[in-house]
Amino acid sequence: MSGHDAPLLFERSRAGRRAARPPRVDGPPVEELLAGAALREVAPKLPEVSELDLVRHFTQLAHRQFSIDGNVYPLGSCTMKYNPKVHEDAAMLFADLHPYQDPESAQGILSLLGGLQHDLEVLTGMDEVTLQPAAGAHGELAGMLMIRAYHRAAGEDAQRRIVIVPDAAHGTNPATASMVGYDVVEVPTGPNGEMDVAAFEAALSPEVAAVMLTNPSTLGIFESQIRRIADAAHAVGAQLYYDGANLNAIVGKARPGDMGFDVVHLNLHKTFTTPHGGGGPGTGPVGVKEHLAPYLPAPVLTHGDDGWRWDEDRPRSIGRMRSYYGNVGNLVRAYAYIRTLGLDGLRDVAEKAVLNANYLRVRMAEQGYPSAYDRSCMHEFVARPPEGLRTLDVAKALLDEGMHPMTVYFPLVVKEAMMVEPTETESLESLDAYAEALGRIRELAVADPEAFAAAPRTTPVRRLDEVAAARRPVLRWSPETHEAISGREDEAG
Amino acid sequence: MNIPEDRNYAATHEWASEPQDGIVTVGISDFAQDQLGDVVFVELPEVGAAVDAGDAVAVVESVKTASDIYAPLTGTVEEVNDDLEAAPERINEDPYGAGWLFRLRVEGDDGRDELLDADAYRSVCEEEA
Repeated sequence: MSGHDAPLLFERSRAGRRAARPPRVDGPPVEELLAGAALREVAPKLPEVSELDLVRHFTQLAHRQFSIDGNVYPLGSCTMKYNPKVHEDAAMLFADLHPYQDPESAQGILSLLGGLQHDLEVLTGMDEVTLQPAAGAHGELAGMLMIRAYHRAAGEDAQRRIVIVPDAAHGTNPATASMVGYDVVEVPTGPNGEMDVAAFEAALSPEVAAVMLTNPSTLGIFESQIRRIADAAHAVGAQLYYDGANLNAIVGKARPGDMGFDVVHLNLHKTFTTPHGGGGPGTGPVGVKEHLAPYLPAPVLTHGDDGWRWDEDRPRSIGRMRSYYGNVGNLVRAYAYIRTLGLDGLRDVAEKAVLNANYLRVRMAEQGYPSAYDRSCMHEFVARPPEGLRTLDVAKALLDEGMHPMTVYFPLVVKEAMMVEPTETESLESLDAYAEALGRIRELAVADPEAFAAAPRTTPVRRLDEVAAARRPVLRWSPETHEAISGREDEAG
Repeated sequence: MNIPEDRNYAATHEWASEPQDGIVTVGISDFAQDQLGDVVFVELPEVGAAVDAGDAVAVVESVKTASDIYAPLTGTVEEVNDDLEAAPERINEDPYGAGWLFRLRVEGDDGRDELLDADAYRSVCEEEA
């Protein structure tokens, strides 16, 4: 696609055009108010467009959007489930509140947040929960900082330098451990798709600060040895961290706290249906067992005789993780979801998510896309393309079928990995349609390899030059970069 | 599959040249570059760093994955291939030549006995393919 098909606002800009004109304000001129360092010497080059230009720009982009509202979206490990529209009504109920309001005048929202904390404690088997972190990786950081503070308080910070992660882990796990200052040791996956427990036990020592796991794993397989893993980790004084990205498989059925985990982060934008993709924003509550509670990010929301209030007196806290108290609009949506479904409903979510994944796993195998591990899966599974086909080409061809590809090339332990997570919100018909589309793609690859290699043909943007984009990224638009990119496209034909 | 016989290989797909005046050149095999796909970024070790055979010392990133590169031998990093920063595609185009990653100064027991010859490495690749 050339820039002319969907011009940027900068390209639509014409000097003097305005979408809105702010009213004149009485008082001293702005030059006087901002005099000194705060006043720019040159006006910023903002796009100048009419309201209709602006509306058309964003409406055209919105029409090109690929989302769960329009299409099947089984992106593995991302839990791209449908976000019920009634949650928008719930969130709007609190839209007029301000975070600087006196807590006394905001008891309603605080009681809702307190209720959400309680529900998440019950669902994860943890003693206390903070809603502060703004995303999954942010929650991981909060959790690992608490673990480090705990070891420091025990005088063991210098001794404990290592964090163990399985080789199938989400990339954020080793990245977080590294950001908190730990060295990462990787443990391989065994032949049955579970973490190799013997290798894990060999890696344990009093130098280990924590073990980070997700259960079920990114391979969609439940770590059946989890109690043995937890006991072995605790025996050397290590803490067990639960990456909650895959909670959808077990919500209401099993609890990380009962498996022996000490810290849990949750992605409310996955399991609890708050908006995901397109910026969210995310929400990454963290739950801890009692021994880690003193380190929770301050302030802590507590309830006493005077109602809900903020406890700022937390001398051992790791400190604030974020301004205010998390992404409150999305916390409201998550609470609405939990309260609408109840515990029975949430159990049903986990059961249907697992059933849907297993159904699609078998249907895809019938179409020539076998699972990497020949066993039943949890909420997701990892498959491989038919012999001789590349996952990338299959993914591109799916776009022409009007369907979003699965997660590709992850986890790294499976070659040409296709990681599929349909979630509980897809119907039998859409699961069948997905498998059948993959069957057609396989036939296309044989019958017309050229058409297969040229996919996608029906999307607003055709196949991208991902190599050039990674090697020579152009991250900011300007007339000069625009010229350069157009030239590159012409070269490529 | 192109596996030159004039050097040794690690099962993790790095090659190490015969030492010349105590200096060994290290890169990744043709099989490895083919599995990775188009390389887009390389992170090289620091010159002067002491490395043990098996240490993760560099990262090669392609469009689809990022892979640790392990030192095939024990030694000190003498030189790194800075050209790869601007032209990582050399790893794909010429993995045994211009796409080399770094050079190690080795002495004494550098661990070469643990490395594979071309034939043994070929079986490793055939098993993984």
